[in-house]
Order: sequence, then C-alpha cells, then structure tokens
Amino acid sequence: MTRACLQALFSHWWRNPLQLFTLLAGLGLATALWSGVQAVNSEARSSYDAAAATLGEARFDQLVPRAGDTIPQQTFVALRRAGWKVAPVLSGTMTANGIRVRIVGIDPLTAPGGIGPQALETGTDPAAFLSQPVLFANPEVADPLAGAVPDRVVPDKGVAPGTALTDIGVAQRLLERPGELSRLIIVPRQPMGRPPLDRIAPDLLRRPAQGGSDVRRLTDSFHLNLSAFGLLSFAVGIFIVHGAIGLAFEQRRAMVRTLRALGMPLRRLVILMAAELLMLALVAGAIGVLLGYAVAAALLPDVAATLEGLYGAQVSGALQLRPAWWLSGLGIAMAGTVLAGAGALWRIARMPILHSAGARAWSMTSRRWRRVQAVAAVALFLAAGILARHGDGLVPGFGLLACLLLGAALALPLLLDPLLDVGMRRTRGVVSEWFWADTRQQLPGLSLSLMALLLAMAANVGVSTMVSSFRLTFEGFLDQRLASELYVTAEDKAQAEELQAFVASRVRAVLPLLSVETRLAGVAADLYGARVGPTYSENWKFLDSRKPVWPHVAAGEAVIVNEQLARRAGLTIGEHLDVGQGVRLPIAGIVGDYGNPVGQAVIGEALFRKLFPEIRATRFGLRSNDPEALRAALIRELGLPPGAIVDQARIKAFSMRVFERTFTVTAALNVLTLAVAGFAMLMSLLTLAGMRVPQLAPAWALGLTRRTLGRLELLRAMLLAALTMAMALPLGLALAWVLLAIVNVEAFGWRLPMYLFPSDYAVLGVCALAAATLAAAWPAWRLSRTPPSDLLKVFSNER
Amino acid sequence: MLLDVDDLKKSYDGPSGPIEVLRGVSFALDSGQTLALTGESGSGKSTLLHLVGGLDEADAGTIRLGGAEVTGLNDHGRAALRRGSVGIVFQQFNLIPSLDVDANIAFQARLAGAADPDRIARLTDALGLAGQGAKYPEQLSGGQQQRVAIARTLAARPRLVLADEPTGNLDEATASEVLDQMLELVAETGAALMMVTHSPGLAARMNRQLRLSAGLLQ
Repeated sequence: MTRACLQALFSHWWRNPLQLFTLLAGLGLATALWSGVQAVNSEARSSYDAAAATLGEARFDQLVPRAGDTIPQQTFVALRRAGWKVAPVLSGTMTANGIRVRIVGIDPLTAPGGIGPQALETGTDPAAFLSQPVLFANPEVADPLAGAVPDRVVPDKGVAPGTALTDIGVAQRLLERPGELSRLIIVPRQPMGRPPLDRIAPDLLRRPAQGGSDVRRLTDSFHLNLSAFGLLSFAVGIFIVHGAIGLAFEQRRAMVRTLRALGMPLRRLVILMAAELLMLALVAGAIGVLLGYAVAAALLPDVAATLEGLYGAQVSGALQLRPAWWLSGLGIAMAGTVLAGAGALWRIARMPILHSAGARAWSMTSRRWRRVQAVAAVALFLAAGILARHGDGLVPGFGLLACLLLGAALALPLLLDPLLDVGMRRTRGVVSEWFWADTRQQLPGLSLSLMALLLAMAANVGVSTMVSSFRLTFEGFLDQRLASELYVTAEDKAQAEELQAFVASRVRAVLPLLSVETRLAGVAADLYGARVGPTYSENWKFLDSRKPVWPHVAAGEAVIVNEQLARRAGLTIGEHLDVGQGVRLPIAGIVGDYGNPVGQAVIGEALFRKLFPEIRATRFGLRSNDPEALRAALIRELGLPPGAIVDQARIKAFSMRVFERTFTVTAALNVLTLAVAGFAMLMSLLTLAGMRVPQLAPAWALGLTRRTLGRLELLRAMLLAALTMAMALPLGLALAWVLLAIVNVEAFGWRLPMYLFPSDYAVLGVCALAAATLAAAWPAWRLSRTPPSDLLKVFSNER
Repeated sequence: MLLDVDDLKKSYDGPSGPIEVLRGVSFALDSGQTLALTGESGSGKSTLLHLVGGLDEADAGTIRLGGAEVTGLNDHGRAALRRGSVGIVFQQFNLIPSLDVDANIAFQARLAGAADPDRIARLTDALGLAGQGAKYPEQLSGGQQQRVAIARTLAARPRLVLADEPTGNLDEATASEVLDQMLELVAETGAALMMVTHSPGLAARMNRQLRLSAGLLQ
C-alpha cells in the first residue's frame, strides 16, 4: 500500500518537472545563501579562536604593559626570580615576499600546556624547537615565509591564519626587537608567598583570561549583520518553496481525495507526504550546501579583507568543509521545508474526503485567509512600532526589521487588490477591462513571488541608502579628520626627535599622534593627546558639545569622546570621565568617528604627557603649504624611506578602498537576493502558465489573438512589478532608517545621517522591471505559441 | 445478505438549521444483484452511496456489509473497507492524472494487496483499453477514462461496486456501451452493484430499482 501510494505521489513530480525544479531550486538557493554566509562566519570565528588559542588569550591571565606595547626582557627575568611563573610572548609583523606575516615568539619551556604549534604537541622534540630554529606557520603563509627567513618553516594547520609561531629568540631576531617582549602569560598554578606584582613590575597590568578572543567579541556585530542578510535571502527563497509546495499540494487535492476514496488511510497519507517533502528537502539541502560552499568561497576573500580593514582581524582566505556547517545547512533546508509545507500538509490533513477537489486558486483566496493575513500584518506592524520605541540592543533591532518586512509582505496583496480594482473601474474598453480584471484574478497565484520581489527590492533600497549615506558621511568625516597634508612615521624615538627638529621651521604645524590603549569608563578605548591648534578647531565637527571645547581641552580641563565610547558607556556632555591616575575631566564634546570600532577620548597634549611620560610619538601629521617639497626634503635631507611618508590623498584613497570592500559582501548578497526574487517570479509565472489556458481560452475564442494574449501577459508582469516597486520604495526607506538609526548604533556605536538617492532608486526600478519582463518573457512566449487544439479542449464537453 | 441498510439517517448543517438528507432509509442487497437508485437532485442518492461506501458517517441507523457493521468503523476501518470490499466508480472518473493508464488500473488492487496481472490484462482487453496503457488520463476521451475507472474498481475484486452516475459525463452511445461492459464484468465477479442514476433507461436495466424522495425510499 505504501509503495503504491508513494508511486502515485512521486508521479506528480515526474509529470510536473518544472514544479519539482522550482521546489528544489528555491530551497537549494535559499539554503545556499544561508549556508554560504554561515560558512563565512564559521571560518572567520574559527580563525579568531585559533588565534586566541595560539596566544593563550582565552584561557590564561596575562601581564600587559600599562602603556605602550613593550615589556623589557629584564622585567620577565625579575618576575621569574621573584617566583612568578610567567611565560614570555613577543608578537609583531614582518613582510615576507610581499605578504604580511604575524610572528609570535614563545618560550616552550615556560609556556603553559596547550600553547604552541600542534606539531610540537604531537611528538616533535621541544629541544629541536630550541636548538634548530624553526617556524611553525599557517599553510597560507608558510611558502612566502620560507623564502624570506633563513630558518626552517613547517606548515601547521593549527596555527592561526597569517601567523607563524617560533621560539622567542628567533622572533626577536626576525622582528629586530632584541630584549623586548609583548606580553607575559601567567601560568595557572603559582607558588605561595611570592611578592605582589606592583612591587616587581609596577608598569604591568594583569589582564584576566578573555574566555574567547577580543576580536571575536568585536566582530560579533559584523557577523550578525551577515547572518541577517543570509536569513533575508533564505526568507526570500522560502517564499519560492512555499509557493511551489502550495501549488503542488493544491494540484494534488484531487489525487488525495481519490487516494482516500480508494482506501488510503489519511494518517499514512499525510506521513508519506511529509516524508516525501523531507526527502526532497534533503536533496535540495545537499545542492544548497554545495552552492553555499561556492558562495562562501567567492565571498570569503572580501570578508577577510573587510575584517582586517575594520577590526585588524586575520581570517583565513581558504574555506574548510566543517561537519557542523554542512549539517546545519541540511538542517535549515529541512526546517525551511517544514515551515513552507506545514500549512499545506495541515490543510490536506483536515480536508474532508468529500470536499470539492475542483480547481481553486492555490493560495490565499478565501476571505477568511485574507482576514487572517490582514490581522497578522497589522500585528507585525504594531510589534515593529513597539520594538522601535522600546527595543534595546541588536537583536530587537533585527526583530524590528523582520516585523517590518514580513508585515509589509503580508500586506502587499491586500494593498494591490484595491489598486487593481481602481484600475479596472477607471479603464475604458473591453480588452483593458478584461486585462485589469484578469490581473486581479491572477494576484493570489502571484502573491508569493511578488512578496519575494518586494522583500528583495526593499532590501536593495534600504541597504543602498544606508551604504550611500555612510559613504557620504564617511567622505566628509575623512576630510575633517585627515586635515594634515602629510603623515610621517619615524623608526624610533630618536628619529622622531630628529624629525621634529627638522620640520619645525618648514611646516605650519606638527601634530604628534600620541595615543595609549587603556580602559575608560570600564570600556576598552584609545586615549589620544592632541596638540590643539587651528587644525583641530577648524576641522572637527561635534555631534554635541559645550563651547568653547578646544581651549578647555588644550588647558587640560576637558575631554572629548567619540560617539562609540559615549554610547557604550552612556556618557553625555558635562559628565566627568576618569582619563587615568584619578584625573577626572568633564566631557566637552562628542565627535562622530566612523569606521572605527573602538572607543576613543582626546585630551590636551600637555596633560597626556604628564599622565603618560613614557609615551613618545613616532607618528606625526604635518601641515604644509608645499607638501611635495616637504616630502622630497624629508627623503633627501633627513633620509626617511619613502614608505614612511604618506600623503593625505593616499590615506583617503586607502580608507575609501577599505570602505568599498567592507560593503562588497553586502552588495553581492543584495544582488543575489534580487536574482532569487526574479527567479521566484519566473517560476510562479511558468507554473501558473499551465493553469492559465482555461482562463485565456474564452478571451481567445472571443477574438483576441494568441500574440495579443502573450503581450498582455508580459504587460501584466511589468505592471505588477511596477506597483510592487512603488510599495518597496517607502518600505526600503523605512528599512534604511532602522539600519542607520538602530542597527548601526547597536552594532558599531555610531548613528549616521540618512540621505536620499532618487537616481539610485530609479535605476533599481528599471532593474526590477527588467527582471519582471525577463521572468515573464518565456511564459508569455509559450502562451503565444499555445496550439489552438489545446485552447479548444477547454470547450470540449467530453472533458 | 451482502448489504443490509437499516433506518439510516443523515443531516447536514444549513444556513437556517440542519437539513435532513436521509430520514430513515432501509434496504438490502445480495451478492450478484444490481440496484438502481433514482430520485430528483438533492433527494439524498449520493449521500446514501457515500455512507454505504464508507466515505461519510451516518447520524443514526446501521449499515452491514457481509455481516460486519460499517457504521461503527473509525476512519482507519472505513479506509480498509474502501480498499478491500467496496469499489467506487465516480461520475468525474477521479483517475490519478500523473499515473499512466496501466498504473491507474492496477492502483486500487495494489493498495488492497491483491494485484493480479492476468486479471488486469483481461479487464484491459475486455474494456477495449489494450494499447492505451502508456497514455495518461488527459490523453484519453471521457469514455476511455471511465473505462479505466471501471477497470481500476474491478481489478481489486470488490464485493460491492458503487457507481455514482458513472455515465453522466458521457454521450448516450458511449454511456450505453460503457454500462454494458460494466454490467457484464460485475456479473462475472459475482459482486453486487448499486448505481445512482437519473436515467430511467439505465435504471431499467438493473435487477431492482429504488426511488429516493425527500430522504425516504418510495
């Protein structure tokens, strides 16, 4: 019985291969976009974890310098002699055959277990590690490194991307930092009675184990953004699947009734239909995971560049197949199928055996369903309103987006229907009246693909508005901040002194870039010391301030904070901030600081030097009326290498390059989502084409040519796409507002002004119309070629 | 007695309260007998057929088929009844559009676990469907489709064949031809036939005739 029933169920797909293709392709595409994004995320996260594990940040407390980035080796010796069990680490970057490699030096004899290369843990003799200089390098950088260093290089997958591990002596030699350390790892079991830290090494700060890497936490919001896009793409794909399943089940209502009339128990029938769906989901999921791998492989280099540019996080550019990832891909395909098919299965399970199995529009035709849809849309909009007003955090932000998008999708057919009704009432002429009425009749069948189109277009409008607003703001911000004509980096403190003396009479102003990593108001932040002058007072624009700002900052009586720090620590103008050693200053200004993930505060140079006398600037901004001449003099007379001098234009160009790459992934996902929506429309029109013959045959019989009918089909698709675009525009702008005013603030800590880009929207509208025309072209062509014998069958009494 | 129907009642909810479709119907039918059920539209003919075939549940009364009570069966039991003991021929044929003719004919017998290739081949020949096996229902005429539906029903060797206006969708000549074939084949199997029809001519060809009017047998 089961076999016969399965044969009957599967025969439907065999006879309707296009429907099967729609289902598999829709689910496959949805899974591909989702699992592709997840693969990128999981690759990035595993890179962060590998880095954290390599450096021991996650598991062990560490000693770090209070200021600067160097610990003298003598301090390490002093601590060991005093009984402190600590292990030294030196990290820095070098260039090997044009590729940046992070060199991490450790001491295998004192390092706690679990730190170091896998090869060392799996049998290599530690003595060999010490006696024969060897570097254990991530395979991606092993080759370039081997050609650049005299030591043996062993590829090791366990080492973090872009990193090589070696003995600390080798690292000091390669990085040209003899006698210097970056950090000290504190071994968990320490002897009793050792002297307190501040007596032996008062310049060091104990930093507790991170329990996960800093970078991982810092980039969480970026990955959440990617996940949200993946989910949106998945949702668009699920609309296709829902449509395909709904249509297949609707077309099989008669078969289900017959099967039951012939004695097939309902329960077993429903179970078999569910099993059939899950089997198809498994196939589509497998296809989707394979496609997702390709998507991820294509996106990963851009994501890696973005993460390095934004957060300085090293992510492997090579993708690995992780079981958790492909299993989750299959899981989401199954979950999506259950979501899309549950309603159809439920209706089949509840359908009385004697219920009419006659033709019925395959979705959303009943008044009751329309009422439910309207109520759900209103409820979602209300929820969006509540989340916008009272939500706090990134998850409510995305919840707001989801409510807004889903509510609008549900409301779309309810809004289109009266619009088409108005068109029908206003039109004159029998053909156009029929056209409007017929378009209205088609609405239920096309609803799902139009919803998908609405979501894709709104996402496009929203994201492009956000990115373009960001770009405008960012360019303005770079003009403000990069006011100096030249930026120069000295090799060491001595050269820095020499440089300052050299340029003193040649420039309008020398602006040392003094900074220290610290914690402000409980938040990790950079503290800057500014040499206050016209460069700052004329260029910096405040989001909020209490004037006069700069004279107070220069006098060491006030502090400026960036928006990220103000938001994270809940700081406002006039509040006092502890900038170190108990010095508390009122906040005089809050500045926008776009593209920077960390908090920042600016105090006057004199106060900074007083608080951190050991910090010496090695980077300077130079204000010059003739930057070219100055650059030439610095190279020729002072002997600075050309690479140490960067002009303002190059920094701006570099920053804009980072910016553009940051949003390459978003743009790619945008295009893919629109493509999926176009595909949804094509599939809907193709599957509906077969059902159209009985509807079009009377019009044909009454005198419309097949060609005219085909043209009208094309026109109908364009009309519906245009109306959908008209609704996608306000929805997209609302989406942009949520992204700019809520999601960005939560994710990155800054709020951007929103600008409108009418020409971009016009281009998108043309693209959407083109996509709809393309999607409708084939079905319309097929219709115009329908043999008269097929149209005549509609009137055959015998059928 | 193969079929024994006693005081059968059935009503449906209407806009202004319940509508009594059957108000106490009783009759019996033996193996090999043929019975025509006639009556005006809305008199309850199809409802009675659906109740006997286990497609619907009665409000009151009993139906016994081969001594076993049908009215007390649950959904699962009624499905088993339709699978094994009863065969139904519909006016609208109700073939499975995605299966070819051969698969459609064998379908119910396979569901019942009683597929017999020789019998199916005999039925196919007898009903003039030879050479049509690879076609799909949409490629057949109405008469051919109904022949496939009859073959499907008889291939499962039901004890009772129920036919709901089986020729209602066919022209007169085809209807007569199809009915001849059905009667001949039913007679061969020794099954009983209960047929709903509007046509007095077709009804006259049955052993017995019952007329339903306003939910009661006359």
